[in-house]
Amino acid sequence: MAELSDQLLVVAILAYLVAMVCHAVEYAFGQRGAVSRAVARPERQLVGAAVGGDPAKPPKPVDEVPSGPARAPGRVARSVLAGRVAVALTGLGAVVHLGSLVTRGVAAERIPFGNMYEYLLALTFVGVAVWLGVLARRSALRHLGLYVTLVMVLLLGLAGTVIYTPVGPLQPALRSYWFVIHISAAVLSSGILLFGFVPAALYLLRSGWEQGRRGFPYDLARGLPDAGVLERFAFRIHAFAFPIWTFAIVGGAIWAEAAWGRYWGWDPKETWAFISWVVYAGYLHARATPSVRRSTATWIAVLGFLTMLMNLFGVNLFFDNSLHSYAEVD
Amino acid sequence: MSSTGPAPSGRRSPVSRTIALLRNSWRQLTSMRTALVLLFLLAVAAVPGSVLPQRTVSIEDVNEYFREHPELAPVLDRLGGFDVFGSVWFSAIYLLLFTSLVGCIVPRLRDHLRALRTPPPAAPKRLDRLPQHAVIPARDPDPRAIAAVLRRRGWRVVVRGDAVSAEKGYLKETGNLLFHLSLVVVLIGMAIGSWYGWHGNRIVVAGPDSAFCNTLLQYDESGLGPRVDSAKLPRFCLELTDFAATFTDGGQAQSYRATVLVDEAGGAPRHADFSVNSPLRLDGANVYLLGHGYAPVIRYTDRYGQTQTTVAPFLTRDANLTSEGVAAFPDANVDPRTGERDPSLQVAFEGLYLPTAPEEPPFIRSQHPEERAPAVLLIPYRGNLGLDAGIPGSVYQLDQRQVRSGKLTQIDTGKLLRPGETWTLDDGSTVEFVGTRPYVTLSVRHDPGQLIVLVGAGLLILGLTTMLLGRRRRVWFRTTPSDESTTSGSSFVEAGGLPRTDYPGFADEFRELVAVVQGGGNAADDRGETSDRDAAGVREGTP
Repeated sequence: MAELSDQLLVVAILAYLVAMVCHAVEYAFGQRGAVSRAVARPERQLVGAAVGGDPAKPPKPVDEVPSGPARAPGRVARSVLAGRVAVALTGLGAVVHLGSLVTRGVAAERIPFGNMYEYLLALTFVGVAVWLGVLARRSALRHLGLYVTLVMVLLLGLAGTVIYTPVGPLQPALRSYWFVIHISAAVLSSGILLFGFVPAALYLLRSGWEQGRRGFPYDLARGLPDAGVLERFAFRIHAFAFPIWTFAIVGGAIWAEAAWGRYWGWDPKETWAFISWVVYAGYLHARATPSVRRSTATWIAVLGFLTMLMNLFGVNLFFDNSLHSYAEVD
Repeated sequence: MSSTGPAPSGRRSPVSRTIALLRNSWRQLTSMRTALVLLFLLAVAAVPGSVLPQRTVSIEDVNEYFREHPELAPVLDRLGGFDVFGSVWFSAIYLLLFTSLVGCIVPRLRDHLRALRTPPPAAPKRLDRLPQHAVIPARDPDPRAIAAVLRRRGWRVVVRGDAVSAEKGYLKETGNLLFHLSLVVVLIGMAIGSWYGWHGNRIVVAGPDSAFCNTLLQYDESGLGPRVDSAKLPRFCLELTDFAATFTDGGQAQSYRATVLVDEAGGAPRHADFSVNSPLRLDGANVYLLGHGYAPVIRYTDRYGQTQTTVAPFLTRDANLTSEGVAAFPDANVDPRTGERDPSLQVAFEGLYLPTAPEEPPFIRSQHPEERAPAVLLIPYRGNLGLDAGIPGSVYQLDQRQVRSGKLTQIDTGKLLRPGETWTLDDGSTVEFVGTRPYVTLSVRHDPGQLIVLVGAGLLILGLTTMLLGRRRRVWFRTTPSDESTTSGSSFVEAGGLPRTDYPGFADEFRELVAVVQGGGNAADDRGETSDRDAAGVREGTP
């Protein structure tokens, strides 16, 4: 069963990888020509309507004249097909990913949150599930898929190689019902927060592009939804995840009281959870303050993402004195 | 503070200037921008707390840092680097932040209470200027009927003449205020905990001779809040009667259970079990199981035939419970005839205990945490142990200064002893490895602020969810009877809606509300048309 789990993980990574290639195909061939841009435009306005964006703007002036002849509509249809295939593959990857997680749990006869490998597996699954859920409602955001699958492939590759841990039973310290509560809240919220980084970062690119900046990396944002849409999307994801993150911290504190005798002891993991919490609280405050520019606020969210990464990997790699060391990388 | 004398005419007095300065500083402090900067500073200030070892977390790591960085450590220490979360600058940041928070919350609380008492504002003259607008034809529209429909759906409603004003979503601001106030509650709880809380850690070896009672002197390490009287700690005594640990064949721990005999004041001694994740909760203190290990029992018979036994807890070094420690016999080789101590004839053994020793040397590492083939490697030392110098040293290590100065010398390379085995040293004295006893590392704690923090945290989550889910919005309905209607001969109801927060679903809610009012307010006529001005262009914010 444990081997099956490992094999399923490889299949999931491959599915995400091929999905990423398909997204890249759509990205590369679907958005450049004038025809495809014309095709994409009504879709974009629809997005604005769906999430209550700014009143539909007039189409932006096309600032570059396509050098070659406009591509045939068939070509565009094929690239759209590539995008759809990418989404289907991501869905397939998510199912296999879930299968890997479930078989892992069956092999270990417990919830598969017991070490860093399993934690990362669960966390990335939350990320991809949120992404698919979002996609089901806002299909126009499909172009973000390239970045989502890229992050998935990177994180899962890291999980499968560097921090792989064989199946084993739980340590006595983890045998508590708070184990399920604390870690599932942490997995859920950090999965969503990590996912929230994608629209936040793309908003920064897109708003730069809309302000007329060109060249790398702003050109990547050419085919993306409007900056306002991305920004609101990023905010809503963070606002949704923040209370869950808070709950994860509070649940952890209650558990820490029972296990270690104090609810808060500034263990490195606790410290970084606190730092992330403060940074994300700063983001929500900045977002609610009219005098703070949206791009400034979004930069704070990006900073929050970095602190989450630090907490996820850095604490276990750099500090050997953390009490959360069952997430250890040997 | 400042002079109160009359100021020269034509210039503002120092007093008023001071007041102006204070007022401006207060405004600065309570501004959102300052709060954001302080939040950011708080996050940055917490970083060294995770990078540098902290006294409150692990004093050993701090001492090691001092050894490794003898130049840098004292400087960092002066800056509070090893006690970041108790340092002046960290406290300054969070106290300023909380001051800013209170300064921001109190006026908002006042406004909110006023808003809760104030009826929804009168309908604007032109409802068609609002982000949401609809006109529904209605026969004999009745504002009171519309108000009843809205009230049933949880709106706060007031009827003024022919217009109905309604508002909903006050919970958002209530949640927001609750969230910020609960942070203050958490801070108060933490303050009470640090003032009135105390803790002590110690190792307890199994057996009645190693029982301990709850007094400060009995702890290896302790911390007392500034408002705690050490004489008034709750009275209880604990004796470890049994410790059971189970492991997998691979050596991974599966469960720990400590059984103790508790003797609390005002009660008969009783047995109690506790383990990791389920502490022993006594009256006024909780006992937590933090660790465990083995304490080898070493019997030494000196050159005069005097026998002494010591039970020395060894510190565990790895997951297989390879343990290191020292069995010291400072009273060895006291001449029984003269009763004279010769400090140069004290004896100690450096020991390495292996619960499951390998068959063949090297005897360095245990192969399993259970005592499947226990053995202790003893290295004898003779000389002055340096215990009388008055310098506090570790009981788990020999004083290396004595070894370096030659006052304490190693007399053999060492020998592996199985339980019951005896080894005769060069001077005819013998050492016997009798066996082991389990020990546990306990933390005894009391934190009276804990419950307050828990309540605060609960309120915090409650406030946070209400705040992020709540949406403040207003709707107005104005009825126009047929005889007053100027546009056409029939009567109609005009409706307008205004979301006061970012709320993309408001258009849908408004449409539904209008439909309900149309149905409920005038069920007979349902062929009305809703003019949804621009579904794609729901404007945000206040007009």
